[in-house]
Amino acid sequence: MKIGLFVPCYVDAVFPEVGVATYKLLKHLVGEVDYPLNQTCCGQPMANAGFEQKAVPLAERFEEMFKGCDYVVAPSASCAAFVKLNYPRLLEGKHFCQSSDKIMDVCEFLHDILKVKQLPGKFPHKVSLHNSCHGVRELQLSSASELNIPSYSKIKDLLSLVEGITVLEPKNVDECCGFGGMFSVEEPDVSVRMGTDKLNNHIATGAEYITGPDSSCLMHMQGIAKRLHKPIKFIHVVQILAAGL
Amino acid sequence: MSTKHSRAARLFLAQKEDSQWHNQSLWYVREKRDSFAMGLPEWEELRRLSSEIKRHTITHLDKYVEQFAQQAEANGVIVHWAKDAQEHNNIVYDILKQHQAKKLVKSKSMLTEECHLNDYLISKGIDVVETDLGERILQLMKIPPAHIVMPAIHLKRQQVGKLFEEKLHTEKGNSDPTYLAHAARLHLRNEFMTADAGMTGANFGVAATGDVVVCTNEGNADMSTSLPKLHIVSMGIEKIIPNYDSLSVFVRLLARSATGQPSTTYTSHFRKARPGGEMHIVLVDNGRSDIIGNEGHWETLKCLRCGACMNTCPVYRRSGGYSYTYFIPGPIGINLGMLRSPKEYSDNVSACSLCCSCDNVCPAKVNLSEQIYRWRQDLDSLHKANQMKKFISNRLTYIYNHPKLYRMCLKFAPIINHLPRFMVYNGLNAWGEGRELPTFAKHSFGSMWKKGKVK
Repeated sequence: MKIGLFVPCYVDAVFPEVGVATYKLLKHLVGEVDYPLNQTCCGQPMANAGFEQKAVPLAERFEEMFKGCDYVVAPSASCAAFVKLNYPRLLEGKHFCQSSDKIMDVCEFLHDILKVKQLPGKFPHKVSLHNSCHGVRELQLSSASELNIPSYSKIKDLLSLVEGITVLEPKNVDECCGFGGMFSVEEPDVSVRMGTDKLNNHIATGAEYITGPDSSCLMHMQGIAKRLHKPIKFIHVVQILAAGL
Repeated sequence: MSTKHSRAARLFLAQKEDSQWHNQSLWYVREKRDSFAMGLPEWEELRRLSSEIKRHTITHLDKYVEQFAQQAEANGVIVHWAKDAQEHNNIVYDILKQHQAKKLVKSKSMLTEECHLNDYLISKGIDVVETDLGERILQLMKIPPAHIVMPAIHLKRQQVGKLFEEKLHTEKGNSDPTYLAHAARLHLRNEFMTADAGMTGANFGVAATGDVVVCTNEGNADMSTSLPKLHIVSMGIEKIIPNYDSLSVFVRLLARSATGQPSTTYTSHFRKARPGGEMHIVLVDNGRSDIIGNEGHWETLKCLRCGACMNTCPVYRRSGGYSYTYFIPGPIGINLGMLRSPKEYSDNVSACSLCCSCDNVCPAKVNLSEQIYRWRQDLDSLHKANQMKKFISNRLTYIYNHPKLYRMCLKFAPIINHLPRFMVYNGLNAWGEGRELPTFAKHSFGSMWKKGKVK
């Protein structure tokens, strides 16, 4: 199985430790992992802002870079969802889109493909799980609160493999944190209020950490927590799963 | 980088307690909706059926509209056809004039809001009285609805108490809900008894029978049609459904989605005029038949107008109905406004974080967030794209298309971490209004990989 690692732009620039944890975890579980150096961004920031055509060359490069891979794994549910759902349309009329079937969020990959049943690490802490919108509603990482379907959470399943962890969830369990890419700067007041409400709901669980599959949501809430001097810590799910590696 | 919506939202949120209360009130309705949706094991199957019935009806609407009109006429109902709002208003006025009607009592109708019927009729000398309690409150206050199902949800009982003191001469300082509701009831009772005509909207029109189905909680539609002898129904053509089997799907979804009730208190079926009375149905197009042919946006016609997308929308809850420039707010309103006039209503397209919660609550599975995403793609060609967003998107694209340049940017990005605060946190940085910037890593993942430091 040939695995390509996609480290989205903002993870690359702001949270390289999340990329490192993903790499370590994948290496531990499957061995060889390829990281093409030409990668930059999936194109979602421009597309959500209304300029999806600008993502077309990025989609083409993405296809080319990862063409030899069986799976492309990314530590970011939102970026993975963007590739999965939008690349086929962006590449329409050019060539058949392969990335849509190959791209996976790292949690999805561990849960559905590798079917991980044990992990070596310990994380003796209380965490509040941030169920990010695109993870829940586009990649179905957990059962969306709006739907009448059996309740499940792939992320909780994975986290429960880590020794010592206590996983909590906030009230309004999958309400948006208000990041939304350029939404955060075009609608700053609503965005900050959404983020503050979300942050407070996480804090109310009594957790020491907020964790989730998207560093973008974490980054947004972290920015608010810093401004408000809230002591809660932030950690990507993959960093917990890679504990001890 | 702002829109009319974002600026109005800022003012709304500046009233911190009121805006929190607004958010919580609507979230409470979402929770009620959840508890009733979760109470039906077949809920998702109902949503699927509803979506498919709507798709079928809309793609065969010519046939069903004709059938509906034929059946209604066979029942003795007088059917009118209005291609737009003006025609609709003229038809309604003509009917009233023919009957020398001076006072019209109305149950809630978003279509008449869409057509600005009240203003038109009032300008012609008709006394128009809204009889839905929320709508009546707003009419007395001279303000528009802030929500399509709970039009006065943004008001507190104290405000209503004050209004009633002035308009209905209730006791000073008494804002007890039961007392106020009783006062409204007495006041409206008199309006019903002295009205010359009653108007209702329509939740559904059943093609097989020509029936009009109206769902209310207050029974005001029934009062509006039981006292005056003249009943006028104002109805968009997309309200037509094939038959009673399909109605059975929709009535199970509608009230559960809208207000978290198993059904509305009254589900009234109107087939023909009362003895000695007259019933008219005005079928309104007003742009709807054009939407059928709109590949990216036809699904808006599936909407049941339950308002569930507003109650779940984290942006609507935190910005209020009046922050949107179209009279229907929230996710469905963003889309309907763009269909009405993209140039006029493009300011609402910013009011979405693309969280997709609306898609999941919608009882007709309208792809609301996908449509908002699509409208954003159209803004540039409409000359409505935000120039700052366009500039940022262009710069980002350039950097992302040149991996070496991108790597260099990441190398120098940490400089931002050390800039003096005033250079980073100023009026130009909307992120910094309520958030600290993230800290750029000294060594990006890519640079560590290149140096073989990722092991």
